[in-house]
Amino acid sequence: MSTLAFLSAHGRRRASDSVNSVVAVAGLLMLAMIAGCQRESRHFEPTAGPGITPPMVRMSELQPAQVNPKQSIAPRYEVNAYSLAEGKRLFEWYNCNGCHANGGGGIGPALMDNVWIYGAEPENIYATIVQGRPNGMPSFGGHIADEQVWQLVAYVRSMSGLVPQDAATSRNDDIQSKKSENRTDPEHPVPAATPSSSERSQ
Amino acid sequence: MRIAAALFSPVAIASPMQDVLQPAGPQAGHIHALWLLMLIVCSIVLVAVTVAMLLAVRRASRGDESTPGDAALLTRDEHRIHRVVGTAVGVSIAGLLLVFGATVITDRALAQLPLNDGVHIRLVGHQWWWEATYDDPQPANVFSTANELHVPVGRPVVLTLEADDVIHSFWVPNLHGKKDLIPGRTATFAFRADVPGTYRGQCAEYCGYQHANMALLVIAEPSDRYEQWVTRSRSSAPQPADDTTKRGQQVFMQSTCAMCHAITGTNANAKRAPDLTRVASRETLAAGAIRNDPTALTAWIADPQAIKPGTHMPANALPSSDMEALIAYLETLK
Amino acid sequence: MNGPTIAGTLPPGAHSGPGSDRAAAFDVGRYGAWADKPGILGWLSAVDHKRVGRRFIATGFAFFVLGGILAGLMRLQLARPESTLIGPDLYNQLFTVHGTTMMFVFAVPIMQAMGVYFVPLMLGARNIAFPRMNAYAYWVYLFGGAMLYVALVLNIGPDAGWFSYTPLAGPEYGVGKRSDFWAQLITFTEVSGLLVSIEIITTVFKLRAPGMTLNRMPLFVWAMLVTSFMIIFAMPAVMMASTSLILDRLVGTHFYNPAEGGDALLWQHLFWFFGHPEVYFIFLPGLGFVSMIVGAFAKRPVYGYVAIVLSLIATGFLSFGLWVHHMFATNVPELGKSFFTAASMVIAIPTATQIFCWIATLWTGRLVLRTPLYFILGFFFILVLGGLTGIMLSAVPLDLQIHDTFFVVAHLHYVLIGGAVFPLFGAFYYWFPKVTGRMLDETLGQWNFWLFFIGFNVAFFPMHILGLQGMPRRVYTYAAESGWGTLNLISSIGAAIIVVSVLLFIVNVARSVRSGTPAGANPWGASTLEWATESPPPPGNFHPPLAVGGREPLWEQEGIVGRVDGLKNDPPEVLVTTLLDALPHHRFAFPTPTLWPLIAAIATTVMFVSSIFTPWAVIWGTIPIAIALIAWFWPSREETEKHKRMERAP
Repeated sequence: MSTLAFLSAHGRRRASDSVNSVVAVAGLLMLAMIAGCQRESRHFEPTAGPGITPPMVRMSELQPAQVNPKQSIAPRYEVNAYSLAEGKRLFEWYNCNGCHANGGGGIGPALMDNVWIYGAEPENIYATIVQGRPNGMPSFGGHIADEQVWQLVAYVRSMSGLVPQDAATSRNDDIQSKKSENRTDPEHPVPAATPSSSERSQ
Repeated sequence: MRIAAALFSPVAIASPMQDVLQPAGPQAGHIHALWLLMLIVCSIVLVAVTVAMLLAVRRASRGDESTPGDAALLTRDEHRIHRVVGTAVGVSIAGLLLVFGATVITDRALAQLPLNDGVHIRLVGHQWWWEATYDDPQPANVFSTANELHVPVGRPVVLTLEADDVIHSFWVPNLHGKKDLIPGRTATFAFRADVPGTYRGQCAEYCGYQHANMALLVIAEPSDRYEQWVTRSRSSAPQPADDTTKRGQQVFMQSTCAMCHAITGTNANAKRAPDLTRVASRETLAAGAIRNDPTALTAWIADPQAIKPGTHMPANALPSSDMEALIAYLETLK
Repeated sequence: MNGPTIAGTLPPGAHSGPGSDRAAAFDVGRYGAWADKPGILGWLSAVDHKRVGRRFIATGFAFFVLGGILAGLMRLQLARPESTLIGPDLYNQLFTVHGTTMMFVFAVPIMQAMGVYFVPLMLGARNIAFPRMNAYAYWVYLFGGAMLYVALVLNIGPDAGWFSYTPLAGPEYGVGKRSDFWAQLITFTEVSGLLVSIEIITTVFKLRAPGMTLNRMPLFVWAMLVTSFMIIFAMPAVMMASTSLILDRLVGTHFYNPAEGGDALLWQHLFWFFGHPEVYFIFLPGLGFVSMIVGAFAKRPVYGYVAIVLSLIATGFLSFGLWVHHMFATNVPELGKSFFTAASMVIAIPTATQIFCWIATLWTGRLVLRTPLYFILGFFFILVLGGLTGIMLSAVPLDLQIHDTFFVVAHLHYVLIGGAVFPLFGAFYYWFPKVTGRMLDETLGQWNFWLFFIGFNVAFFPMHILGLQGMPRRVYTYAAESGWGTLNLISSIGAAIIVVSVLLFIVNVARSVRSGTPAGANPWGASTLEWATESPPPPGNFHPPLAVGGREPLWEQEGIVGRVDGLKNDPPEVLVTTLLDALPHHRFAFPTPTLWPLIAAIATTVMFVSSIFTPWAVIWGTIPIAIALIAWFWPSREETEKHKRMERAP
């Protein structure tokens, strides 16, 4: 066997099989450590958020001069599986399904469709929960911790499929009443119109 | 977490605290007897096998790598070894039969606990607390409490075990073994405390973030004291008498508390969190995680996540006057 | 060649000693198509069972170290009461991934890997059956294990315990994708495990050297055979369980949903039906190691060969009847539980039988007191202690007290480390010279053993007491007034000693690979066929393959009765023999190295990992796999020509 071939083969064999596999695995792990995973973090401590005063909520798409950019802390909740799961738990704990059922509505409007009377953006839903709305939506401001409101907001949006599918919750260990949120096709909100009472009572 | 560390001062729990080898009732007593038998038999076996192995190593002649292997043994009859090994296997079988017999006897003894005149409690396991409902033929006498059971000495306690979310396990080692609380299933379990005392139990099936802090107390009392406790528990919470406690009750109702907690005699009827009707009379809070005194309670209400990260109770940043009033009110709930 | 082979000498024409192999392994002139292919492509496309087996063992050991690091972190946290070092979320992931690693990614695969390397050698075969599938099984295993650790590092590490009970791991309470990664890890390791089992069974049944009747097979081969059958029967249960779990979580089925007709306990039954035999997948090969080392280091055939074989088979069967003993605290019927108590006690009898046979062998042998034997002596003490606490746990009343406490943690580590890891380390010291051509250092080995033995007992014995004192399992902290602090601290110190011991082992291996004492073909003077070839064995193992006439071929007068001439090296041919008596049956051309197993494994990995996120991956992901498999099996024109030429002139 030629010297060159021997050396190259010998060189290869010197990085013996065991070292190769260890280095391969270690390299992969280093790379992975650099990335984080927003979906899976569990924030137990309450994160800084607005108080009972809701963030700047706009009920109309029209603005004079130039449009102010929107700032919202809610997207952090929508990509986080723990927040969505907590929102789902709280939806039942605080008896939201007493009026909204599991999204199909009843006494209250349906939450899994594309009709949003007071706006589908997280700030709008936050305001709805905290301030309440005419015709029956209670005002939960001061009764529910702020963090929990944002979790509920994220969950409500997931009921019509507006959150990333891999973060959305799966089915409950209950009698099944609808498709689970991670199997729900997105229902993109249609532009809101002023509801007339006859329209809403369908 | 420093707040939590400061709060973990010794809880006043009488010994024996949480010990399999300190039985305080017949069930744990039977199991303890079986344990002693097993320990003796197994120790004898371990010593015998270890000694045999060491003797073998000592007595056998020595060789080294180049010693030829004794292939002649393939054809020679080693009847002496046959007898020894056969005897050893026979003795092992006999030992196992002995131990199995003792197990069957213990099993039957455990099943023969007389259940008449028992106290019936429905225990529901939640993440990460225990809900206990004392049953009574008269519906008006049924009451709920959390994380602390009072039982009469000398009377059987029959538990119906259910789970609200995931699998938990009820285990008070001084009184009996454990039984799982499985969602979708109802289990029945019975024990009796024959020695008065406070016994600590802990959830024994991994159930999530705060499995480590899901303890409960079983306080075994003489019958008269137990009956007093039952009578007090059946009554509604006392109405607040002075301005501070009135304000405290307002805070309770108007902020986040009433969304999850119940206090009988008020409009707070939520069932999602421990019943607080008698919260001030309990020895511990938060399923045994902290001592029950105003400082600990304040820290708990302000930020439960610092003490039990992952628990379902949110932080409550109340103004200090409101917090003081709330604590004062809760301290009246004995 | 005829006549006996004395320990240390080889059939004429064979080479031995380190260094001669490295260049020689690529020597096409000498080994024909058996020769290893050089370069990185050659490394990736290898199908020689030794090349794949070495990396298989090394990968398993690497995961052992990773799992051990996680355990070290756990012990750091538990060393003091109310420690704030590690919070509950991370701790839950640590103990889950530790258990999952040790059970699925270290213990079972490394035992299979030892089988992959040594079973063909012990049988006198030239390669393992289905060599390309062997390579594929390795890659699938590596990628699955890597996936688990990537998930852990990304905070998606499973956190529901290594047996992942529902509903905690179910769709409602198992938040995020963590338990999905766990379930898919199961899929990876089950595929790998099943494939290796198929190979081992086929090798044992069809590729033995002529004359090696079933009752002349080495005891380690018997252990691997029984283990492989057990794997085939048990693993489908956990595959079903984990697949149902993924379906529940991803698609919304109701297998474990009591509200819709499912049952939370279904998981436990399915899992433990596999889970109990699984610990025997780990334990039985360990018993195989013990038999080999006891025989070699007592310089006599192991007493009670038939009894040991029957015990292995009995243990294999009985292990399927024990699973409910993991569920004694649930509300399954009490009378049924007693049956499982009885079965769990009965299974002690075959193990006891083997132990008595080994002690008898040692008693009447001529002992060579070297490190491998020390590890076996350590096995005796630790395993017997663990087995006895197992008898305690098998009694329902007592189990109701100590189930899910640190008593069980102590028991399982005593039986698994004592019953499998100690023999495994003994096996490493015993067979290292065969794999590398060099001896491991004996002094470092003694330090390794004693530190491991002492550290292990210091770490795990106090846990028995902690369990009896009421400390449950899987707790990230405990109250200061519980009084558990002292024993936990002692246990953590023991863990630190174990870390030092394992480091010593790694140092020993690293040094000895370069500069250990050169070993010949049979440095221990042992009796089985793997010692009848060079150290390390050449590609194709035996040139020429041997025919045997006894159970201890290198010791007996008529141990080697002949040689097999006429098998071609190109294509690489093996002699297939009959099942019971290993009579020559036909010759068969084995496959040559190829990259397609690796490519198929990559395609499989992509499909498995994607199916965590979308069910459509199961459909679309099969297309690359199908392409890779078709390419894999596509006949090569060159090889077909060779086969056709052989039809005319073998």
